[in-house]
Amino acid sequence: MAAYETQGFKVDNSGKRVVVDPVCRIEGHLRVEVNLDDKNVIRNAVSTGTMWRGLEVILKGRDPRDAWAFTERICGVCTGTHALTSVRAVEDALKIQIPENANTIRNLMQLNLYIHDHLVHFYHLHALDWVDVVSALKADPKATSALAQSISSWPLSSPGYFRDIQNRLKKFVESGQLGPFMNGYWGNPAYKLPPEANLMAVAHYLEALDFQKEIVKVHTIFGGKNPHPNWLVGGVPCAINLEGVGAVGAVNMERLNLVKSIIDRCAEFVEQVYIPDLLAIGSFYKGWLYGGGLSSKNMLSYGDIPQKANDYTSGNLLLPRGAIINGKLDEIHPVDLKDPEQVQEFVAHSWYKYPDESKGLHPFDGVTEPSFVLGPNTKGTKTNIKELDEGGKYSWIKAPRWRGHAMEVGCLPRMVLGYLQPKQYPEIHGLVDGALKKLDVPVTALFSTLGRTAARGLETAYCVKLQQQQFDKLMTNLKSGDLNTANIEKWEPSTWPKEAMGAGFTEAPRGALGHWIRIKETKIDNYQCVVPTTWNGGPRDHKGQIGAFEASLMDTPVAKADEPLEILRTLHSFDPCLACSTHVMSPDGQEMTSVKVR
Amino acid sequence: MTETFYEVLRRQGITRRSFLKFCSLTATSLGLGSAAAPRIAHALETKARTPVIWLHGLECTCCSESFIRSAHPLTKDVVLSMLSLDYDDTLMAAAGHQAEAIIEEVKKKYKGNYIVAVEGNPPLNEDGMFCIHGGRPFVEVLKETCADAKAIISWGACASYGCVQAAKPNPTRATPVHKVISGKPIINVPGCPPIAEVMTGVVTYMLTFDRIPELDRQGRPKMFYGQRIHDKCYRRGHFDAGQFAEAWDDEGSRKGYCLYKMGCKGPTTYNACSSMRWNGGVSWPVQSGHGCIGCSEEGFWDKGSFYDRVTDIKAFGVEANADTIGKAAAGTVGAAIAAHAAVTALARARQKAGETEEQKGEK
Repeated sequence: MAAYETQGFKVDNSGKRVVVDPVCRIEGHLRVEVNLDDKNVIRNAVSTGTMWRGLEVILKGRDPRDAWAFTERICGVCTGTHALTSVRAVEDALKIQIPENANTIRNLMQLNLYIHDHLVHFYHLHALDWVDVVSALKADPKATSALAQSISSWPLSSPGYFRDIQNRLKKFVESGQLGPFMNGYWGNPAYKLPPEANLMAVAHYLEALDFQKEIVKVHTIFGGKNPHPNWLVGGVPCAINLEGVGAVGAVNMERLNLVKSIIDRCAEFVEQVYIPDLLAIGSFYKGWLYGGGLSSKNMLSYGDIPQKANDYTSGNLLLPRGAIINGKLDEIHPVDLKDPEQVQEFVAHSWYKYPDESKGLHPFDGVTEPSFVLGPNTKGTKTNIKELDEGGKYSWIKAPRWRGHAMEVGCLPRMVLGYLQPKQYPEIHGLVDGALKKLDVPVTALFSTLGRTAARGLETAYCVKLQQQQFDKLMTNLKSGDLNTANIEKWEPSTWPKEAMGAGFTEAPRGALGHWIRIKETKIDNYQCVVPTTWNGGPRDHKGQIGAFEASLMDTPVAKADEPLEILRTLHSFDPCLACSTHVMSPDGQEMTSVKVR
Repeated sequence: MTETFYEVLRRQGITRRSFLKFCSLTATSLGLGSAAAPRIAHALETKARTPVIWLHGLECTCCSESFIRSAHPLTKDVVLSMLSLDYDDTLMAAAGHQAEAIIEEVKKKYKGNYIVAVEGNPPLNEDGMFCIHGGRPFVEVLKETCADAKAIISWGACASYGCVQAAKPNPTRATPVHKVISGKPIINVPGCPPIAEVMTGVVTYMLTFDRIPELDRQGRPKMFYGQRIHDKCYRRGHFDAGQFAEAWDDEGSRKGYCLYKMGCKGPTTYNACSSMRWNGGVSWPVQSGHGCIGCSEEGFWDKGSFYDRVTDIKAFGVEANADTIGKAAAGTVGAAIAAHAAVTALARARQKAGETEEQKGEK
């Protein structure tokens, strides 16, 4: 492949090829290959989804009311968000209106997922890209305490506390059994934090691990368990009973108090630990503003958290909806999941077959016929791939496009869309503006790996506020005497039309998520999902346009060619979720084709 | 010199008294009784950490997410002090070549002495390339890694039975671990996902007693999967009294009546949810108003709708529906209840005789 230009990037695969497989600290299976020029700068990036499960064909012929449970198992990290998208799609198809309480409880669960998912991502999936664990051994616990107390009022901050953590870490390292820290990139020059900041971050890594299990209890109360709580078409399964006989068998005052106390603890942890850590780490890396990729050009969000039940228009959504293309930040385009011209999927470089691969298909008419064919310049064999050929097909992920454009989805687009609409989203505007001022960086700094990571933290702070607000809304509605949680008018399939179709959406923590369903004679006739990591992690399309992961790696210098620290840092900033991205299949479930190496 | 769990705790300023308290709590949560506490204490005081390689096939990572929810023991203590989690794609710092090198190293250095924990399963269609790991089929990596292992833990419904990707028509031919690995002890820990404390309980048991737990015919630890949800359900009294929720959010739902008529699979599901509950004991599916979907049973995706009543799928082995049960319970004892009661009585009698309650006559 000769060098070529696309979307403002010069793609050149002539330099040294570096392969990272598996990319760890993500959900699922991802491979990435890059070419470095003679100055160790990335000039070509190839993102490959390396798993495929075929869930939609499994859904065909099943009861639409069961679909939430199947699709929920697409992902156990963003658990619940597929289920919510699914019940919305079925309700859209069958024109079911849900009670206010059900909408608010769903919002509480979705916001709770955001807070958990973002926190775990920052500390347990992403932190080690910024934090050098071994360097923490050199920290002075007293200076660490001073640093911690200068940025937060969080009580666990004494010199003795940090000394204990450091001792535990020291013994752990000296044991020679490094566990998950084995073979890390410790000492790599791309790590910029002083030892004290590293020690503080290690302490909070452990604290966050303890705390995250508390957050999800909101799911447990309303959905019975986490991961994978239970949902219901038409509302929520948990009944409310505040004072009658049997109240102990339903959501009652004690349960609501428990929800409230968790919400308060989330606010404390996010405000006193997560945000101060984020800003402290950010201040040491604000000179490293690589990784922006498509974000300064094309961004998409479906929006979420409907304030009033059953109104999914953009004015009613507390997380913003819209699309930005070609870097024109002053123009926010409306987004419609049902418009056949907007969301389309392409497979020219994906391991699927279309009758005409120069054309995209809208999810209502989606076709997914697997075709595991490797390009002619692949190095290795079918079952032992050394280097992929991006000139051919190279990923189990399709390439979705919005009006033909490759888009970035996720927390950064959401926060930018909110920032650009201060009237509708004053809190988001305030949070983003505050962080930019605190770090003393311009707005354009948002379009970077660090910007993405910061946006996730700021969004968590916003979600903490929304979670409090939604809880108050629930209580107000309960005070008014409305205890309803489910609408069963159309529960029985006999009440359904012969044929129906609908689309449901959420903003998953990782970005825009849509489910499209066709129902025929009370069974699922076709089910398609286009998910966040399909948008971000997808391969090139027929025009050679690169996807968001690929774009984000372009032009980044790598300190050590054999240590992919910068690559991991930028990929992780998207919080990749591969089980989500690579499960699509045709409504007909065609026979598998055999491999052909051309 | 490798530090033992006890040394780690002591160094952190945890008193011996608290340590022993921890041991007796662990013993209790494992259903072992207080007599086992000193043995747990001894094991934790003297043993170095066993290496664990945690592999991921076709899955959704819900098992990892559940694992990190463990409240007793805390996940950080499991990972830092009880075992050595040398390889886990989801948590490890390294990636690519540096990650792959670890598997080789553990295999060589701890031959026959490491545990492989598998989350997800290998697909066999397309020469295994529906799940690619380091450019190769996951199934190959799985076989190689298990070759020198001491034991294998199959986490969750995926590894134990196949789970959602193996639901009909199973387009990738996703296959449970025990069907591709032989000659090694394999412990199935089903559920989608399993309960956090069941996961850490199984691991702690193996490390403490240096043996695999007693398994039933399906390879599941009896201590956690020996009883039906229904038998320990706190709404069981309503079932026996014929008090059912008849529709979502009806009077019965608000009173916490039995969810049997709403499709609850508790009567045919073996798991610890109704006794241990979820997320630190906060709740569990039935307590939060939705019937059990039977996620720890083999092939639970293909047993009809989650809202079909279990009688419709002949779970009791008798033809009856919930209406008959309701009437029967309100009046004279009907066929379904009689059959049901007989099964329960039989199980009770067996337990009295010193046997573990099993699922005889149910599966």
